[in-house]
Amino acid sequence: MQSESTIAFEVSKLTKRYGEVVAVNDISFSVARGELFGFLGPNGAGKTTTINVLTGLARPDAGTINIGGIDCTHNPKAAQHLVGVVPDESNLYAELTGFDNLCFCAALYGMRKNERQERARDLLAIVGLTDAANRKFANYSKGMKRKLTFAAGIIHQPPILFLDEPTTGIDVASARQVRQIIASLHRKGTTVFLTTHYIEEAERLCERIAFIVSGRIVRIDRTADLLQPVKGKNILVLSISNYEPGISEEIAKAFPEYHVQSTNQGKVRVESAEQIIVGPLVHFLEERGIQMTEARRQVPSLEDVFVRVTGIEAGLMKKEK
Amino acid sequence: MKNWIAFWNILAKDMRTYYLKPPNISWGIIFPIVWTGMFFIKSGSGLESVLSLLPGVMTISILFGTTSVLSVTITFERRSRSFERLLLAPISLELLMLAKTSGAILFGVVNVFVPVIIAVFVADLSGITWSLVIPAILLIAVVSTFFGLFIAVSVSEVFEAQTFSNFFRFPMIFLCGLFFPIMSLPVFIRPLSYILPITYGVDILHGAITGEHIMSLTLDFLVIGAFCVVLFLLSLYNIKRKWIS
Repeated sequence: MQSESTIAFEVSKLTKRYGEVVAVNDISFSVARGELFGFLGPNGAGKTTTINVLTGLARPDAGTINIGGIDCTHNPKAAQHLVGVVPDESNLYAELTGFDNLCFCAALYGMRKNERQERARDLLAIVGLTDAANRKFANYSKGMKRKLTFAAGIIHQPPILFLDEPTTGIDVASARQVRQIIASLHRKGTTVFLTTHYIEEAERLCERIAFIVSGRIVRIDRTADLLQPVKGKNILVLSISNYEPGISEEIAKAFPEYHVQSTNQGKVRVESAEQIIVGPLVHFLEERGIQMTEARRQVPSLEDVFVRVTGIEAGLMKKEK
Repeated sequence: MKNWIAFWNILAKDMRTYYLKPPNISWGIIFPIVWTGMFFIKSGSGLESVLSLLPGVMTISILFGTTSVLSVTITFERRSRSFERLLLAPISLELLMLAKTSGAILFGVVNVFVPVIIAVFVADLSGITWSLVIPAILLIAVVSTFFGLFIAVSVSEVFEAQTFSNFFRFPMIFLCGLFFPIMSLPVFIRPLSYILPITYGVDILHGAITGEHIMSLTLDFLVIGAFCVVLFLLSLYNIKRKWIS
């Protein structure tokens, strides 16, 4: 249990509905000051809705929100000076230059002219856009737009930063740069709340991770603790062309020493603390007229934990919005 | 102080980005001239009729100056999500919306000087009660702007904002006593005139410029002031209900 002074923000029994759809369903968690917390889930899981409710862009239907010791449940404006937000889509002004966009965003937080110009120049250098400072935002590439949007989110040096899928849809180099900036901010003590559907990104960056599926948090733990059950495990993923429901149960019955799980993309995941021998498995499937197209060994990772906990195939997570 | 830095920069950004653009400036100049010319020629009378046309042309300049850009830009910013950035800023929604609307109010007020400056050269303006004209201009600009804001927050697409603006603006030209006295309208249409805020602003201008007004000026000021407050509060309510829901 964290003491109140170490908590950056906290939500309790938070629920958000859009008509009949329960986008966020009775979730509770807290994030410690200086922590890099991951919110991992597929598209439509409720990640963006959670950020919107926390930052004041949407109102909760139930539950409480406390940011920096301020109860923001009914007055989200009260803590907006403490938070920075990088939304899932670039939302700067197309007709302004990169430099002017940053200066304008700084002015929204009451920064004076000299201060905001200096900060804008510093951030343009950090995100590698100094040469494009005087180009209109509309003429930026997708990666450049994302980086400038990131810079705009941290223009006022917020102690708490909400990042909504910051690397989605951008090139590898830009994504890498964004991840480096996130790590750097974290090292300097910024509390980071990162939503992502990239499992590797969450594993690489986050100290603690919550898995969110259909608006509910299904697991929340330290990354190291999440990985503990799969440490030293052997994993084999079988791709089956004529997949039928019930096949994993049949395999499990025949090979009780293995933990067998179906995923939702015609694949069967076999896990064991011992070495998995492929031959008997192939033979077993062939006998039943089941065509296996691939057997792939996997190094256990957070992806395996996620699949095990949520039953969602990791490939689905990789699909872009 | 921090709030005012944000306020001023939102206003300055909007003026620079939306209002002080060649198409808007030319529209602001050409539109009142065309309307003045049209009614001047239609009246068939001499330059002495300019004074009687002035309240209508001034109002039309403000009405179109304030509503043309505002309703479209707010809807556009909402669609492009840049409006979210403003909602995330640590300033109150009231101050934010005042900043967003101040540009339109200023643009409307500046537009009104076009017909006034033209009138200076062609008519005798010495009899005008400027102490009434100035607050009337401001109130018409504010109420028109808040009317544009109300439309902007009631729709979700840019084309809807344009359509709805025109749906209300053009009938106002004929219903609010800009060029035709309300008393000359058919009796069954007159109630419509009295539920439109512009009617009261135009009445003040007629009183200040030609000395002819149909209602008490105190009542005019009170009603148009009340419309300003109600339209602004309704817009804020709609923003909270629809955009921060």
